[in-house]
Amino acid sequence: MGEHISMTVNGTPRQLDVEPRRMLVQALREDLDLTGTHVGCDTSQCGACTVHVDGRAVKSCTMLAVQADGTAVTTIEGMASGPDALHPLQTAFWEKHGLQCGFCTPGMIMTAADLLARNPDPSDEEIRHAIEGNMCRCTGYQNIVAAVKAAATAMREAPTAPVTA
Amino acid sequence: MTDVLDAPTSPLGKPIKRTEDPRFITGEGRYVDDIKLQSTAHMAILRSPYAHANIRSIDTTRATSMPGVLAVFVGADIPYNPMPMAWPAGGSAGIQNNVSTPRTLATDSVKWTGEGVAAVVAETPEQAFDAVEAIDVDWEPLPAVVDAEKALEDGAPQLHENAPNNVVFEWNVGDKAGTDSAIDGAEVVVRQRIVNHRLIPNPMEGRGNIGWYNPGTDEYTIWMSSQTPHIQRLLLAAFVMGIPEHKIRCISPDVGGAFGTKIFCYPDYALVLFASKALGGRPVKWIESRRENYQSTIHGRDHITYLEIAGTRDGEVTGLRVKTLANLGGRLSTIGPGIPTTLYARVLSGCYRIPNVYAEVTGVYTNTVFVDAYRGAGRPEATYVIERAMDLFAAEIGMDRAEVRRRNFIQPDQFPYDNPSGLGTASGGAKIYIDSGNYEPAMDMALATVGYGDLAAKKAEAKGRGKLLGLGLSTYIEVCGVAPSKWIGAVGEGWGAAMWESSNIKVHLTGKVVVTMGTQPQGQGHETTYAQVIADALAIPMEDVIVQHSDTQGTPFGYGSYGSRTSSVGMTAAIKAADKIKDKARRYAAHMLEASPDDIEIDGAEYRVKGSPDRKKTFQEIAFALDLAFDAPEGMEPYLDETAYYDTPNCTWPFGTHIAVVEVDEETGKVDLVRYVAVDDVGNKINPMIVDGQLHGGIAQGVGQALWEEAIYSDDGQLLTGSMLDYAVPRASWFPHLELDQTVTPSPVNPLGVKGVGEAGAIASTAAVANAVVDALAPLGIRHLDMPYTSRKVWAAIESAKGGQA
Repeated sequence: MGEHISMTVNGTPRQLDVEPRRMLVQALREDLDLTGTHVGCDTSQCGACTVHVDGRAVKSCTMLAVQADGTAVTTIEGMASGPDALHPLQTAFWEKHGLQCGFCTPGMIMTAADLLARNPDPSDEEIRHAIEGNMCRCTGYQNIVAAVKAAATAMREAPTAPVTA
Repeated sequence: MTDVLDAPTSPLGKPIKRTEDPRFITGEGRYVDDIKLQSTAHMAILRSPYAHANIRSIDTTRATSMPGVLAVFVGADIPYNPMPMAWPAGGSAGIQNNVSTPRTLATDSVKWTGEGVAAVVAETPEQAFDAVEAIDVDWEPLPAVVDAEKALEDGAPQLHENAPNNVVFEWNVGDKAGTDSAIDGAEVVVRQRIVNHRLIPNPMEGRGNIGWYNPGTDEYTIWMSSQTPHIQRLLLAAFVMGIPEHKIRCISPDVGGAFGTKIFCYPDYALVLFASKALGGRPVKWIESRRENYQSTIHGRDHITYLEIAGTRDGEVTGLRVKTLANLGGRLSTIGPGIPTTLYARVLSGCYRIPNVYAEVTGVYTNTVFVDAYRGAGRPEATYVIERAMDLFAAEIGMDRAEVRRRNFIQPDQFPYDNPSGLGTASGGAKIYIDSGNYEPAMDMALATVGYGDLAAKKAEAKGRGKLLGLGLSTYIEVCGVAPSKWIGAVGEGWGAAMWESSNIKVHLTGKVVVTMGTQPQGQGHETTYAQVIADALAIPMEDVIVQHSDTQGTPFGYGSYGSRTSSVGMTAAIKAADKIKDKARRYAAHMLEASPDDIEIDGAEYRVKGSPDRKKTFQEIAFALDLAFDAPEGMEPYLDETAYYDTPNCTWPFGTHIAVVEVDEETGKVDLVRYVAVDDVGNKINPMIVDGQLHGGIAQGVGQALWEEAIYSDDGQLLTGSMLDYAVPRASWFPHLELDQTVTPSPVNPLGVKGVGEAGAIASTAAVANAVVDALAPLGIRHLDMPYTSRKVWAAIESAKGGQA
């Protein structure tokens, strides 16, 4: 049934047959069992579904799976470089209490990673602006800002080696 | 296993990183929609497009024949009872509650846009969505009313035969004659109509369920995004489905935020279970869309209030009289009537010693989705009333608002304090009083931090930039840790059941300690904080404590997590269970050491014979031997396994002072929150990092209400703010850095001295921002403006005021 697509997901080549109307987020969650990417709304407002497509943050509820044909997709499950090697953003969210219920967290981390790739030393204001498309109802954003800032510092100080948990 | 002889330092009170976080930061959390059971079918619900209509007929023929459709259900197919009403407006006056609650699916009529009328179960979610569109309903639309005041007018559309004039209940509290007399004879009386508008709670994860009927055992299991799995089992079994309680198992996996919305007994719980049984035992999954969440999960607030505050010219408040209309929606949610009565009117006088208080509350049906507990639940509404009233009074007599507050605070030596409309006035001999407090230091700290003395200079500086600067205080208290069961029984307010909590502790052979409890986290970090408490109580490493929750099979009965009650009630139960564990360990240590139990002293994890420090056993040596039971003494049961139930003797009463500073653009009406200072006293803290996080989130929600958020229905009952495009969930860039500080007045009610912090931020902050905006506009002659302070509303108020002056 449907369209045949090929994607590299978290470094692994994947082949899928999807309905033309299937969104990328559903392909990731339902077809590839990558349930760390969440759905929090139906209007592309909340950002819980944010993943990277070819290195840029994308709301995967807004992109058809067929549009991702031929791309490289990274989800929250692909952020740690090993079982004991969290991404600096993951470490910082943990250490700074940048999450409570955890539902927005994967999308928030993916958006923050996109920011830090473009701007390795963002101000608080720049961080708040960058995560405007990601809603969090638990934290009031304060510790998320602190976490992104801490991760930026860690990544600047050790640009090649992810911080180990 | 860490060697207990290393004598771990206590983790209690430390900002320990959360033990639940590794799964959430790696995408390995398991929320309901992440659970995939074999052969799961998917449900979609047809919801009413009308706010008020009769259902003439429903034709499911087309839908039934759609691809992948397994079944289509309408209300008449389902033999269950309506949802329960568990907390009617109560009290000694014998209040009449005119109750209408939703059925699993509506049968004859709908009372709000979004009420469920039919359901499709199909092989895939998409097939179910498609088939829902093919259900043909013959509607008879009826006139609708969405505003509580209009619903009470003569000639208003009538929603329920058993609720004349759309009245759910008429309830009152306090001394009417005394308050009337105090107001009639007062030097100063200030009157104001104020609106506490309707909100959509917006947890980032909506609701969702998987129902599974096991035909082999005739048992039902439901995975639910719920704050209260034990209560749902009780309510579904005893009131809705009419099956034995032991035939249902409720499991709450990771819950993606709740804020009250996931306390209640929703029709879709029964629906997925009914559908699974109808399908012969296939699991049935229903995941709420955000649009459905806005239309059919509870909303919060929605009060219209007429307040009168009376006092002397020199600043003493002598009376408070309040009349409130509480919009409860088209049918009642599980504890809807309890919110504007017990949790609102009984705390209306806040932290002030006002001798005469009287409140009347009318619950009203309208053609809107039901209103129930949203973060703070009644207490934000009460705080908004009293804190606006104090500012109005101060403005009227020309006295500084901090000084008016100082003048009227309940003093530290007046605790325990019975407030005159309070929980203590209920009959039956069971008193609830304000346990403790020391309000002035918190206010002084906040005033000093914000630089209150320089306010005039700051206003002048802002004025030079075209900005009207305003500062607002909110010196709040709240009631947490509900509630003594005796009080509930005597007063008839509360769940219609007790509200104790429970915990079980098992010390396994390997030394690992498993703690289970009846409370239910939704992001608060209970796996961490319970482990901190028990590691401290048993003097063992936190890594050895495993905290499990959320499954009625495997946890002791509990009433769940809401009302900031987990730390004060739930964790006290856990401490009591630890006390029982230690007592049994002491008795067994005495047996091992051939001593009397009275001669065993406990020092951390060491159980020693007094006076013979070499004769000792570690906690884990004791557990190992007792769990094996090769040498158990006569009459002693094997295993270290104890359960405790804790019924709190009183509620707890956090307090503090929040100060908001706003700047209003005189040209555009745009309001910016430029500073926010919060001094909170939540008693002792189990994990200060988590406490701060709770305050941040609560403050953001309360600020959101004051400045941006509002659920709006059109006059004919369409939800105009029906998506996240239309409802202003606050974004990161809208907030300044929040400045938190504290005073610590331990609660005398529980051994930890904790009070609860889940709601404090949301309770305090709305009033602080409202008072700040009105302060900013005061130079224009504006003394009150209803929230939310959108640019358009503020601009119109400014223009109107200026026009009025011209």
